Amino acid sequence: MIRIDSVTKRYPDGTVAVDRLSLEIPDRSITVLVGPSGCGKTTTLRMINRMVEPSEGTILLDGVDIQQQPVNTLRRSMGYVIQNAGLFQHRTILDNIATVPRLLGWGKEKSRARARELMERVGLDGSLAKRYPYQLSGGQQQRVGVARALAADPPVLLMDEPFSAVDPVVRKGLQDELLRIQEELGKTIVFVTHDIDEAVKLGTMVAVMRTGGHLAQFAPPAELLTDPADAFVEDFLGADRGIRRLSFFSSAGLDLLIGPIVAVDASAEQIAAAGRAGAPYLLVVDTDGRPVGWGDPAELAAGAIDTDGLLSHGRPFTAGGDSLRAALDCAVLSPTGWAVAVDGEGRATGVVSQTSIGEAIRGAHAGRATAGTAQKVAP
Amino acid sequence: MNILNYADAFFGDSAHWQDYDGIPVRLGEHVQYTLMALGIAAAIGLPVGLLTGHTGRGGNVLALIATSGRALPSFGLMVLMFILLGLGMAPVMIPLVVLAVPPILVTTNEAMRSLDPAPVDAARGMGMGEAQVLFRVELPTALPLILSGLRSAAIQIVSTATIAAYVSFGGLGRYIVDGLYQRDYEKVVGGATLVAGLAVATLLVFWAVARLAVSRGVRRPG
Ligand SMILES: Nc1ncnc2c1ncn2[C@@H]1O[C@H](COP(=O)(O)OP(=O)(O)O)[C@@H](O)[C@H]1O
Ligand SMILES: [Mg+2]
Repeated sequence: MIRIDSVTKRYPDGTVAVDRLSLEIPDRSITVLVGPSGCGKTTTLRMINRMVEPSEGTILLDGVDIQQQPVNTLRRSMGYVIQNAGLFQHRTILDNIATVPRLLGWGKEKSRARARELMERVGLDGSLAKRYPYQLSGGQQQRVGVARALAADPPVLLMDEPFSAVDPVVRKGLQDELLRIQEELGKTIVFVTHDIDEAVKLGTMVAVMRTGGHLAQFAPPAELLTDPADAFVEDFLGADRGIRRLSFFSSAGLDLLIGPIVAVDASAEQIAAAGRAGAPYLLVVDTDGRPVGWGDPAELAAGAIDTDGLLSHGRPFTAGGDSLRAALDCAVLSPTGWAVAVDGEGRATGVVSQTSIGEAIRGAHAGRATAGTAQKVAP
Repeated sequence: MNILNYADAFFGDSAHWQDYDGIPVRLGEHVQYTLMALGIAAAIGLPVGLLTGHTGRGGNVLALIATSGRALPSFGLMVLMFILLGLGMAPVMIPLVVLAVPPILVTTNEAMRSLDPAPVDAARGMGMGEAQVLFRVELPTALPLILSGLRSAAIQIVSTATIAAYVSFGGLGRYIVDGLYQRDYEKVVGGATLVAGLAVATLLVFWAVARLAVSRGVRRPG
């Protein structure tokens, strides 16, 4: 565990970047430092690997003051990833990744073998091994940066806005990849960002910092969204925190109706029965059970189902796999106001109305939520 | 007679290829002076430029010294040194070194200062010591520019080393100085052609060194 104990950093010009900050960073999880630009996030992170020395206070790593060991030994035991990756332009991708193993005295072959392993782990094609950094895209360079930080298998990973300089689509890919890698490796990660959405998505714990280097709140993301400590945190979270919070509740508990679902080849009686199932529209599915579109019960009952005349069923959500936020989004975007739930294979498993989702949301807020608040669900 | 005829006559005369005043000997002397001056200038300019560049300190003082160094006329300096120190290699070497140090020092310093700070920060953050940061990250990345500073210093030395002949030393300047004195224009043109040829050869050597020593990753096209 990393313990930051009443640490202050005053730069020579008098700027107080961090002010009596205390923070306990739990092992094997992602702790995010988030806050507006200039609030002292980078300074805090760099004090952990002594790139910046604190003016006051101590930082303990597994109970031992980090000043106790030689600075370069400390740094080699912590992966370090920075915004623009900071790759060595004169070295190949493979040799970039092999840097810390080489510093630790591993042989050339062993280091390179390890580097190859890591390229695979971070989703880089092996054919890039002999390339130079300038031949890679920004997203690929950032993956190399992560691989390089992980090369010597350090228990701690320090990341300073690693995904800020890439476009949103690539960023989402990198975030998902980091969560996947973390699932496998279980590192103690300290992650700096100014993007609250990134913080909520990645953090097991989120430390919101305020200008002047003060800690405004330290909590799991769901708690942050539910219960911001003060007006500053609430403001920083943004206007739609209520909706975003729904990301933390599973859609598994929704009351799905299967009555209003009819197959394209359904008989008039079946359609009539479905019409009495309690929904204003019927969901037509193909012979495999995949949704085709919404139809008016009276029109459908009139004759053979004409699939061209149906209303779009919109994007369905995966019952259980997706969050309440995703389910609500589907219902809001649906032309009928009803969301379609599907299973892993895309077969319709039920339909649910906005009203019904609203009830589930009220239930979740009342604490009767399904999987519990700390459980993160795909948004 | 035109210049080509002069040159043709000079290089066609077999007497110019023999003895202590023959082309091989004079060329060898010239190369020797050049290497010596370049070696001394690099021994001064490279470490100082690398160190000031690495630490980011002393850049302004450097620029001042370099500018004054450039303002000194080499020939005048040599005559002065000759008067002060008498006959010897020092009066020849000092002006050449004074001429060559500024481009090496200033370019090296600039090359180090203009490096992207991110890889250097990453290198420290990964636990490299200062010497490792300098030699494994900064120097290899700054190398193309550093070599270009050495190259312009070398070219300047090659052309200026002709002044050694004025204080009775050898080198290709002999042909030019003696030729002018004897009104032997064959010799003057021959000597000047050899100096130009040696300058071109120097460029080729630096091109080859760059191909061998500079990583493809920092040798961008162009
Ligand atoms: N080396 C430095 N010297 C003086 N002030 C600095 C230095 N580094 C950062 N600061 C100041 O300290 C404050 C916090 O900076 P930083 O930790 O980089 O913030 P963040 O990463 O949250 O944007 C800012 O006001 C910044 O200007
Ligand atoms: Mg920062």
